[in-house]
Amino acid sequence: MPKDSVAGTGIGASTKRREDVRFLTGNGNYTDDINIHGQAYVHFLRSDVAHGRIISIDTSAAAAMPGVVKVFTGKDFEGVGSIPCGWQVTDRHGEVMKEPAHPVLAQGKVRHVGDPIAAVVADSLAEARDAAEAIVFDIEELPAAVNMKAALEPGAPKVHDDLSDNLCYDWGFVEENKGAVDEAIRNAAHVTTLELVNNRLVANPMEPRVAVGDWNKSSDDYTLYTTSQNPHVIRLLMGAFVLGIPEHKLRVVAPDVGGGFGTKIFHYAEEAFCTFAAKACKRPVKWTSTRSEAFMSDAHGRDHVTKIELALDKDNNFTAIRTETYANMGAYLSTFAPSVPTWLHGTLMAGNYKTPNIYVNVKAVFTNTVPVDAYRGAGRPEATYQLERVIDMAARELGVDPIALRRQNFITEFPYATPVAVEYDTGDYPATMDKLEEIADLAGFAARRAESVAKGKLRGLGVNCYIEACGIAPSNLVGQLGARAGLYESATVRVNATGSISVMTGSHSHGQGHETAFPQVVAEMLGIDASMIDIVHGDTGRGPMGMGTYGSRSLAVGGSAMVRATEKIINKAKKIAAHLMEASDSDIELKDGKFTVAGTDKSVAWGDVTLAAYVPHNYPLEDIEPGLEETAFYDPSNFTYPSGAYCCEVELDPETGKVTIERFSAADDFGNIVNPMIVSGQVHGGIAQGVGQALLENCAYDENGQLLSASYMDYAMPRATDVPFYTVDHSCQTPCTHNPLGVKGCGEAGAIGSPPAVINAVIDALNSGGHKVAHMDMPASPSRVWAAMQG
Amino acid sequence: MTKVAMTVNGKSVSREVEGRTLLVQFLRDDLRLTGTHVGCDTSQCGACVVHVNGEAVKSCTMFAAEAEGASVTTIEAMANEDGSLNTVQQAFQDYHGLQCGFCTPGMVMSATALLKDNPKPTEQEIREYLEGNICRCTGYHNIIKAIMAASGQEIPAIAAE
Amino acid sequence: MYAFDIERPTSLTDAVTALGREEAQALGGGQTLIPALKQRLAAPSVLVSLAGIAEMKGICMNDAGLLCIGGGTTHGTVAKGAVAHYPGLADLAAHIGDPAVRNRGTIGGSLANNDPSACYPAAALASGVTIVTNTRSIAADDFFEGMFTTALEEGEIITEVKFPIPEASCYIKFEQPASRFALVGVFVAKFAEGVRVAVTGASNNGVFRWTAAETALSANFSVGALDGLSVPAQDMIADLHGTAAYRAHLVAVMAKRAVAAAK
Repeated sequence: MPKDSVAGTGIGASTKRREDVRFLTGNGNYTDDINIHGQAYVHFLRSDVAHGRIISIDTSAAAAMPGVVKVFTGKDFEGVGSIPCGWQVTDRHGEVMKEPAHPVLAQGKVRHVGDPIAAVVADSLAEARDAAEAIVFDIEELPAAVNMKAALEPGAPKVHDDLSDNLCYDWGFVEENKGAVDEAIRNAAHVTTLELVNNRLVANPMEPRVAVGDWNKSSDDYTLYTTSQNPHVIRLLMGAFVLGIPEHKLRVVAPDVGGGFGTKIFHYAEEAFCTFAAKACKRPVKWTSTRSEAFMSDAHGRDHVTKIELALDKDNNFTAIRTETYANMGAYLSTFAPSVPTWLHGTLMAGNYKTPNIYVNVKAVFTNTVPVDAYRGAGRPEATYQLERVIDMAARELGVDPIALRRQNFITEFPYATPVAVEYDTGDYPATMDKLEEIADLAGFAARRAESVAKGKLRGLGVNCYIEACGIAPSNLVGQLGARAGLYESATVRVNATGSISVMTGSHSHGQGHETAFPQVVAEMLGIDASMIDIVHGDTGRGPMGMGTYGSRSLAVGGSAMVRATEKIINKAKKIAAHLMEASDSDIELKDGKFTVAGTDKSVAWGDVTLAAYVPHNYPLEDIEPGLEETAFYDPSNFTYPSGAYCCEVELDPETGKVTIERFSAADDFGNIVNPMIVSGQVHGGIAQGVGQALLENCAYDENGQLLSASYMDYAMPRATDVPFYTVDHSCQTPCTHNPLGVKGCGEAGAIGSPPAVINAVIDALNSGGHKVAHMDMPASPSRVWAAMQG
Repeated sequence: MTKVAMTVNGKSVSREVEGRTLLVQFLRDDLRLTGTHVGCDTSQCGACVVHVNGEAVKSCTMFAAEAEGASVTTIEAMANEDGSLNTVQQAFQDYHGLQCGFCTPGMVMSATALLKDNPKPTEQEIREYLEGNICRCTGYHNIIKAIMAASGQEIPAIAAE
Repeated sequence: MYAFDIERPTSLTDAVTALGREEAQALGGGQTLIPALKQRLAAPSVLVSLAGIAEMKGICMNDAGLLCIGGGTTHGTVAKGAVAHYPGLADLAAHIGDPAVRNRGTIGGSLANNDPSACYPAAALASGVTIVTNTRSIAADDFFEGMFTTALEEGEIITEVKFPIPEASCYIKFEQPASRFALVGVFVAKFAEGVRVAVTGASNNGVFRWTAAETALSANFSVGALDGLSVPAQDMIADLHGTAAYRAHLVAVMAKRAVAAAK
């Protein structure tokens, strides 16, 4: 794509976001703002034990309480399907993963704190909650499987009685490489071994989840309003697998959504409940999660325990990587859970480096905890963290400069086929590292450290690289890997008679600014002002089947679909223009919103052509149909591979263990960029979440499966005082070679790239103060840092 | 039920409410002013900040009955009279100080209260003032920039992008 | 929340009467009570809001040189109004919670609740305040009886807190990373007759006086006087955010910082 219009509203311009106006004036339309006449409210009675057998539930007293419409238990859902899993992983031995049933309301057993036991629908939320306290139930508490390794021991409590054990799968990748990897490690000059925990996180979009189910008794149609990143996927999963409602009778609407970060991808029990109950109660049914409820019902993220070994030869070239990871699935398989520690993690273990031998083993484990699934980065942060921590540790063990060690091992020739089954199309890792050294002012670090030391503080510097595979994903490839869905995207470009345009996209915007950035692309292609173009999304009733927004895919895949549809529009419009000007199609050029006959001064305006399409009086009806509306589905031929280099400088108070982020710099290569302002914003937010993981956030369970961090009183969210201004740069651009925009995706980079930089910096700070600490697990909270300093 | 009367965004309103009705519920459910949001139940996130008698308060941590006779201002009344964005709102748009928009009403209300007390806050003062407003999208960078800009101050060079 | 009535008396007398009702509970600023009610941790039948009682609000110096703060005075008001008289106290008030919380939360509410990680109990105990209620006056040393427990009788309302003003004082807290309440907070107050040191956040028994530090500082008000002193770890809170040993360590660190910064 040309990139010459940064001053206008096209590609490359930092156009201000049009959606901001409604958000800034209180006129957003979030799901909880939707109220349907006559609606009832549901309150879920949730398990307060991690594991238990349901002996009895008596709802009769609750049903008689004031305002109660109906009380539901698992029995009401016996004829209803299980909440499906969207990805089937095949293990090292060729066996498919274990896939236990996941009922909408608990049947037989409760399997985590928060598992819904019953649901009360009432005229008001307060009445529903009052009545829920009148439900009499007897649950025999059972020993809980909480720690993953313990859960795999013989005799451990079984989360699912019908399964042989708690091992969901034991995945090896690439299994055929294992022998070569073992040998390379045996023959290495040096092997660095690191055992680490990638801490469990809660995504915490500021808008808690909400679902409103509605049923039309006249048409037998259902509508679900829900806080989703992908309403079409919810329609498919809920309609086809859970409730048995065909797509044409089910509309799913995800209006303004207040952040997602992965946790709003998945199909949840509460969505199915509200839709089901709307018909059962013959009233709209609304559920609004409280934050406390979110902590025990939103899918969590990360939670890996890993051992990684990095082998180097005598010249410090990487020769092999071997990992063994335990990945927590929680009590049930959430929608994409099995793919996260496998295909979104193992395939990234090469990172930015030419390591010839790599083997990844992942054991996925059921435990009596909330299901774990994709959270911003999903598998790729886990891969990056292991790799970039073990490289830093190796550099420290070998006494070499960590940046030089990375540079020495960089992949420099593209395309590059990794030993973990992916092919990087483009990248320039030395260039992003050069840029990082410049913007982070590495040259000035020694002086800054001296200043810190003079104040009685320790200062550390941490650098790391990252690569991610995003723009997911080629459908035929992911199909082979176990995906039960395609990962294309769709767009319909509807040009109206007067020339204005509605673009229906399957991507969903919940903070990413699609309403502003997507029109920039179409405006650029057509040479018209972006204000003539509106984006329509988030409603299965208004656009073609789409796969939604996650995996930094919206522009790379959804944007590409929009480009393809717009190209079809241009082709047809040129035919109409050619007819109007009595010229040949092949001579028509479109520039600045005007069609001209090449080499002449004959022209027709955009609006003349669009009007002719809908008022086809002077029109080539024998050759083309009236109207100007085109749909395209785009299925990418490869992943995209954004990359970058990050640097964090911390100051550490040795008296308290408190770590503060003093500087944070990010040099990213996202390929081409449509709206630099939005891209920077995505990186800022990702960094804050990565800093949160590294220093603050920790979703903790006790040994009985009780959730210790069950609200913001104990789950530490990053606040404004926890982060500095960031220095971000995305001037290194190696465009993607296989999508029409040359874009790579930027949504997850910050969260993937930042945790190792922070921990590398903390370790550097500790060692600079004479504390020989090789590693510490996230979050590097004050108490943990202080404990590490005590030895 | 308790009768409450107050002024909301310049208009007198009066309703019968339960004792347990929070101010935010009164605003969202009774008055359908849905710009004020609820993001937590422990009084920490600040998505619900409104002004009561000119002071920022968390409307999820105050009963409607406690606002008897008060003057309440919500995000819906912050724009200029002609409907255009006011200085703070405009700065949030200009500096991309919002993404999903959910925390934004509370941020704008807190920022406005800050600038009333402290017309030229430093970066650190802004960060400290926003202690009770959590944003998960922006990493705060552009929010701080927007508030500095709204107060007519230069943005530090390190925060250029 | 369970259902309850709400009463809004405008005089102390009416408030006392209202609190005489069955299962009545006083509502100060509500910044702790309302979140607890949301969790259904309390089930009052009537909440008596003290916010409309003008006689319980305000700050003044009395003839005895005590800083008198009405029980219904918000943290925000104390933060501004006490600066000229008692800067250490004003600074503490200015850092409780966040600005919106400070606009509602009250000194009386905070002291009556006696949350083990609240800031005000440290100021009250270190200052040796007199807590005045609708029925009596209670010395700070007799007021705090352990976590969430005080000498207040049912229905008794804190109407005023009288602060002796130290020659120098400072409160330093180390925040719990999630709640931002005090993981450990230490208030040091230097009076002519001696130094008082109160610690909040740390102990299983709520706010307490660190007498060893008081003795050392009374003899020599300097950071060095605290060298080698520590509180016993066995009484400290241990949780997700810090071990007992860590809290005990922080008590000494915060105390030293408070001494260094006292003015």
